[in-house]
Amino acid sequence: MANPNKAKAESGIMRWVDDRFPATQMMQDHLTKYYAPKNFNFFYIFGVLALLVLVNQILTGVWLTMSFNPSAEGAFASVEYIMRDVEWGWLIRYMHTTGASAFFVVIYLHMFRGLLYGSYRAPRELVWIFGMTIYLLLMAEAFMGYLLPWGQMSYWGAQVIISLFSAIPGIGPDLAQWVRGDFLISGITLNRFFALHVVALPIVILALVVLHIIALHEVGSNNPDGIDIKQKKDETGKPLDGIAFHPYYTVKDLVGIAIFLFVFSVVVFYFPEGGGYFIERPNFEPANPLKTPDHIAPVWYFTPFYAILRAITFSFFGLDAKFLGVLFMGAAIAVLFVLPWLDRSPVRSMRYKGWMSKVMLLLFCISFVILGVLGVLPSTTGRTILAQVCTAIYFAFFLLMPIYTKLEKTKPVPERVTG
Amino acid sequence: MKKQLIALLFALVPMAAFAAPAADVPHSMTPDLRNQESLQRGMQLYVNYCMGCHSLEHQRFARAADDLGIPQDLVEENLIFSSDLAFNDQMHIAMDRGDAESWFGAPPPDLTLHGRLRGTDWIYSYLLGFYRDPSRPTGVNNTVFDLVAMPNVLEPLQGVQEMVCSETDQPVAGQSPDPLSGKYQSCDVLQVTQPGAMEPAEFEEAVYDLTNFLAYVGEPSKLQAQTLAPKVLIFIFIFGVIAYLLKREYWRDVH
Repeated sequence: MANPNKAKAESGIMRWVDDRFPATQMMQDHLTKYYAPKNFNFFYIFGVLALLVLVNQILTGVWLTMSFNPSAEGAFASVEYIMRDVEWGWLIRYMHTTGASAFFVVIYLHMFRGLLYGSYRAPRELVWIFGMTIYLLLMAEAFMGYLLPWGQMSYWGAQVIISLFSAIPGIGPDLAQWVRGDFLISGITLNRFFALHVVALPIVILALVVLHIIALHEVGSNNPDGIDIKQKKDETGKPLDGIAFHPYYTVKDLVGIAIFLFVFSVVVFYFPEGGGYFIERPNFEPANPLKTPDHIAPVWYFTPFYAILRAITFSFFGLDAKFLGVLFMGAAIAVLFVLPWLDRSPVRSMRYKGWMSKVMLLLFCISFVILGVLGVLPSTTGRTILAQVCTAIYFAFFLLMPIYTKLEKTKPVPERVTG
Repeated sequence: MKKQLIALLFALVPMAAFAAPAADVPHSMTPDLRNQESLQRGMQLYVNYCMGCHSLEHQRFARAADDLGIPQDLVEENLIFSSDLAFNDQMHIAMDRGDAESWFGAPPPDLTLHGRLRGTDWIYSYLLGFYRDPSRPTGVNNTVFDLVAMPNVLEPLQGVQEMVCSETDQPVAGQSPDPLSGKYQSCDVLQVTQPGAMEPAEFEEAVYDLTNFLAYVGEPSKLQAQTLAPKVLIFIFIFGVIAYLLKREYWRDVH
């Protein structure tokens, strides 16, 4: 039985629709009567930008699929066919390759915003967990997509990452072979990665994006002050510090979108290789299973985790270094999922937390960036030690959080948002 | 807002560390895709000196003719040597890969994307870097590609280049320059000892044209991208200004 109190249009075609589908009600719930805090700052643009890049990836991806040949014999040539013979193919492909890197840029900044203002804290734990799951799947999506052009770095990058499975004691080698579908990376691997990249993962990611937004709109958006705007409402039930998402944030986001598109277009048109980090140089040579490149570096957005993997050069508890590296790399991502329960601070936002939280977040960000840089460089003894220090800081940020967030003295939180 | 922008700026600083290191080669060149004459000469050199062994599997004659401003009949008469190839075909070669492998040890690579794989500085330096070395089967070695299997096919143009001991303007590690001439002593100096069909400066220009052509072949869409880019950016800028004015208007109500 439908809820009789649902918002409906007075008459006309909208009324006809509303009697059959909650169009007006949904429009109000998510846009015109979804009240967002009025003090959003710069960091709040990255959610909408992530959505924009997702749409870009899906649209350009569909068009790339029309001309791509997912076979070991034809993949590399078909990418060059897209670049040369397909009308606007070069633009579609560069939008897709640049979009992949842009996705991670906006997602990392989006996650940083969450860390900064405590957006993961109760009651937004599920928002955070859905988001983290999207991030995890996005890494899988990007990893599989990178194999498709079938260049040298596609091939050897995949080889290195899939061989990580073989480090798992007992079942490892069989598991790696099961993932590849062959004894080494081959056309079979390429075909299954293609299927996962263009069908399976995008469906799951889209579903999770819907869940992420439904969960967010259920509890309401956090804000830079980390205070609950629903505590103070006017007589109509509208939060005093809230403004309707549409039109206020839709028009504001348009400005952010324009700035983003400007930067994005500069990269697409003038620097599509991203200095060799968006499209790596060895990838201009077709995959050759008999010739290993001198230096295999993953794409930049994976490098912090790759550096953590390589930082573990010692064995303990009877586990060998390679397997421990895999465990640490996995743990580095897994620990993010439990973040909502690690933060014991009485306040959400960094604005009102004590100096320890601020120092730890700063150290965490610095070590994450250093790990990212180390991940693209060949390892040396000095770099390995630096990576180990940064890995320790990375984990300390999370594992010591219950202690330092409880110990430190916080500032008083204002009643209303401060702008 | 200002604070945030400064914070962002700092966040972007490490990106500079990501900037790709320059390849360690003696010469550098900047491709000029708008210089059609250079590209035309480059294509002529490529077809006459390189294409016996190196295909351009992804580059069509027709596309090159179109982008480089060469009329179809000129291409068909002077640049397509095989009767198996038509104007719209890709620039394939007749050499059998199996034969090539037994002659050279490895088949000569396709060069369509070499400008992007190795970089144009590398190609330019490589083509200038051949020198006589009687110990090698082909009689030559190369300063940027040691023990190279490729013979110096441009030798008729360049002449015979040898590695000699001489004065050089290039700094030499662990040596201070001569106080009078400002030059260094080195035994790694390349010098043409028997002249070829071209003067050294003329030859460098020919190698520039050839490298320029390979830069074009690596990414023929680049010119198209650079022509389209300003229009797109201006459009987005105007859109941004309108969006900002709209935002300012709506946000008058927000206190």
